[in-house]
Amino acid sequence: MTRHTDDEDANEANGANEMDGDDRDEGEPAATPGVPEAGRDEQPSIFVPDDGAVEGADSDLAADPTADRAATDGGVESATGGSDSTDLDPDAYDPVDVFPGGDLDLRDGADSCYKCTSCDTSCPVAEVDEEFPGPKFQGPEQWRLKRKDDHDIDESITSCSNCMRCDDACPSSVPLSQMHNEARGQFVEEQMEKLSREYVRNRILSNYRFFASIASKVPRLANAATKIPGAMKLGEKVLGIAGDREFPDFATQTFREWWKARGGAQVENPDKRVAYFHGCYSNYNTPEVGKAMVRVYEHFGYEVMVPPQKCSGTPMFANGMLKDARRHAETNVENLVEAIGEGADVIASCTSCSLSLRQEYPELFDIHGIEDVSEHTYEALEYLRINEDLEGELAGTELADEQAFAYHAPCHARNQGLSRQAVETFRDVDGVQMEDVGDSCSGISGTYGWKEEKYEKSMEIGAEMFDHMEDAEGDVGMTECPTCAMQMEHGTGYEVEHPLQLLEETVGA
Amino acid sequence: MPGLPLRMEGPMAIDSDVLVVGGGMAAITAAIAAAREGADVRLVSHKASTLRQASGLIDALGYVPATEPAKPLREGPPTAGRELDRDEWPDPEGPLADPFEAVDRLPESHPYRTVGADALREGLDLFDDLAGDAYRGSHTDNNALLPTFGGSVKPTARYPAAAEAGLASDDRPALIVGFRSLTEYDARAFAGRLEAAGVPFDVAGAEVEFAEAFRADTKVTRIAKALDHDEAIDGVPAREALAKAVAPHLHDAVDEAGGVERVERVGFPAFLGDDRGDAVRAELADRLGADVFEIPMGPPSLPGLRLEDRLYDALDDEGVRFETGNPVVGVETEADGAVETVAVDRKGRETPYGADAFVLATGGLVGKGLDSDREGVSEPVFGLHVEQPADRYEWFVDDAFGDQPYARFGVRIGEDGRALDADGDAAYENVFAAGGIVGGADAAREKSASGVSLATGIVAGRQAATEATK
Repeated sequence: MTRHTDDEDANEANGANEMDGDDRDEGEPAATPGVPEAGRDEQPSIFVPDDGAVEGADSDLAADPTADRAATDGGVESATGGSDSTDLDPDAYDPVDVFPGGDLDLRDGADSCYKCTSCDTSCPVAEVDEEFPGPKFQGPEQWRLKRKDDHDIDESITSCSNCMRCDDACPSSVPLSQMHNEARGQFVEEQMEKLSREYVRNRILSNYRFFASIASKVPRLANAATKIPGAMKLGEKVLGIAGDREFPDFATQTFREWWKARGGAQVENPDKRVAYFHGCYSNYNTPEVGKAMVRVYEHFGYEVMVPPQKCSGTPMFANGMLKDARRHAETNVENLVEAIGEGADVIASCTSCSLSLRQEYPELFDIHGIEDVSEHTYEALEYLRINEDLEGELAGTELADEQAFAYHAPCHARNQGLSRQAVETFRDVDGVQMEDVGDSCSGISGTYGWKEEKYEKSMEIGAEMFDHMEDAEGDVGMTECPTCAMQMEHGTGYEVEHPLQLLEETVGA
Repeated sequence: MPGLPLRMEGPMAIDSDVLVVGGGMAAITAAIAAAREGADVRLVSHKASTLRQASGLIDALGYVPATEPAKPLREGPPTAGRELDRDEWPDPEGPLADPFEAVDRLPESHPYRTVGADALREGLDLFDDLAGDAYRGSHTDNNALLPTFGGSVKPTARYPAAAEAGLASDDRPALIVGFRSLTEYDARAFAGRLEAAGVPFDVAGAEVEFAEAFRADTKVTRIAKALDHDEAIDGVPAREALAKAVAPHLHDAVDEAGGVERVERVGFPAFLGDDRGDAVRAELADRLGADVFEIPMGPPSLPGLRLEDRLYDALDDEGVRFETGNPVVGVETEADGAVETVAVDRKGRETPYGADAFVLATGGLVGKGLDSDREGVSEPVFGLHVEQPADRYEWFVDDAFGDQPYARFGVRIGEDGRALDADGDAAYENVFAAGGIVGGADAAREKSASGVSLATGIVAGRQAATEATK
């Protein structure tokens, strides 16, 4: 299995078109022959700037919404009078099918909101930022407002950090984060000044992968550059990137370089295959997480594939850069669909990557095969817990050097039902003490805490987690999310590990 | 995409002795009751707990509403938009002093009649144990009367310590504080309604300037956090700023003779801190020279959030495994009249969860444990029988406050908490039900929601543990 080791990065560092908004890299090879046009546009995107125009056969309907309206009044002209009551037929009485539907129509979602404000109470930004009107406004209320042609999207949408806790809080399954993502995309597309410092900064933050891919060509130089006194202050002044943060180090050997150097998969097994979606951070910054994934999965007899891949889109969604996200999604879907076709399930070690592939992809894009990717994607520990007897494997094991961990569940793990998996998995391992530091948000939310104007709010949100980490017995942090890890380290100075690294150590993979 | 090869082996079931489906009061009660019987328990909840929408009051039974109209119901279907005589209903019996002695006057199909008043007592005991000093009311069988957000007085069995100084049976004069930015709550109207309700104390309402430092649509969680951390509001620490805003109104109450009276207690909407509420109240009380209490609110409800935190910590302490985020969508396998595994939908892929016994505690129509459409009302997880009139025009009566048949829709249980089929036999050997999903109670009119959850939850949890470990 070496054909998945081709390193697509080579095509990229010299290709400035990654950032130019054009549709795809020129250097990228065409779709492999024999693979159906997976990953390419077959239907228009679900996301379209909403200018009120509805094309095609629906235009008559759009012009006159009453044209095809089903009878709602039992066949009489007026529901309030004008007919004798004996004319009423109860079976034809209910208002149904009043509104024309369609792919774009989130009305069902908006109508499902019964204003309980559970989303608002769960919002970590609203808790520290009174300028932020909360998810109930950003979701169903803003959705209704923007139906009208002359209503701009409220600028406050850019203060949403896309932690998606509101999705988890809503008892009525209103697609809040989908509404936020669409509104934010529309705002950035139509209302944001493309030459503004904020736009440029956000574009840079969302396209972390592009810059990381360049920096990792010269990791030592890049690492040194960010530590030059005043470099980060300059970044803050020029770009509005929070100067108090420590820029993450770039690995001297990326995960993909390591994978290539070791000769790819060491286990071949057509019955147990997984395609590893390592994401940007495990590749460029923490390859030890990716290596742990590979070793643990090979320990359990899996054949690991590492398909070509780009950014999962998480930072792009959070900044409304939907076109960028879509371009990357096309590559990801194409390559992951191919792997699925070879019997693999898709495994991510970052909970934001897995959430993006599972939830945001099918919600926002209509790319051939995207539903298959969504349905076949799992988080790394989750997948082992479902498919292997992890409990049996870990029973009686022991960690050589006793260690207590302060575990923080990322918001995006919470949404996938994974917030307790690390605590439960390691509960019975001797020598490991895993303490959940509570359900607060770390506050960094990917790129949110990197913005100069959000930095203090980000630290304020994180304060509860920092306190609980310091109260916890352990002095090593643990989490599945790389940016949560950054924040944990930044706030406490603790070293932070990924559960896969501990698993690797425990099972002796 | 059709034609993709499926994995050869299916996923293994995630196993436990008892699987509780749901995340509210009944689910937590059942899970802890089962764990205390020695079972290995897992709780799976689709969404974050709806306790955050609850008032935080623990009601047992406040009223016994009439189940028969004052005169026979009109014939024929109800008719929107026509002026006809509405049906008439007698006032409910209550507020009840003692919820336990009234159980026998409830309809025979009521869950309290099924599991017995002792189950209610044991459920409340378990709650007292879990809530510790954060709650009051366990010293007596009798209901307490508490002012609520709407200005009415509600009979309830347990109440947060933060609400204690607000008891309506207390005769000390009170000031009710409001904020212009909290539009759903008018302190002066509230005080007026309390007086009209005949409370035995003098009460005044005042709107003060404090929340004005925040934006008009600031979330209550923001204000709670500012008080928790005593953040500076325009340069003044939040708790001091709030006390200063209230101080000029401490003599607003008027006694019977028309004289000025200094209040001895001050009531606020329930946003006095989240994690550090006790410290916030203590400092305000100290600064104001009066007891301070919170008035339970509708959603967003901090007392509900605090209770949720406390109960989920208790789950952790009791060794219950829990996860939220993915729904249980149906029975996957069954054998010999028992459920073996249920399917959990993990973002599009179904994963089997196995257990020796299951407790269904997904809530009623509002909690979405029951599903309804034009054809009928159904229970979507186990497909349990939900008794209902075939004609949906018999699901309701015209009077909104009448005895609405739909309010009592739900799954019927036996005295051991087992879910029953249409014939009154166990639907499955190992499926139990608790809380709002159980039919027969009109919780909104009776003020019995928490009590039903506690009583049925403790029975279902214990029996499920017995079933699982036998």
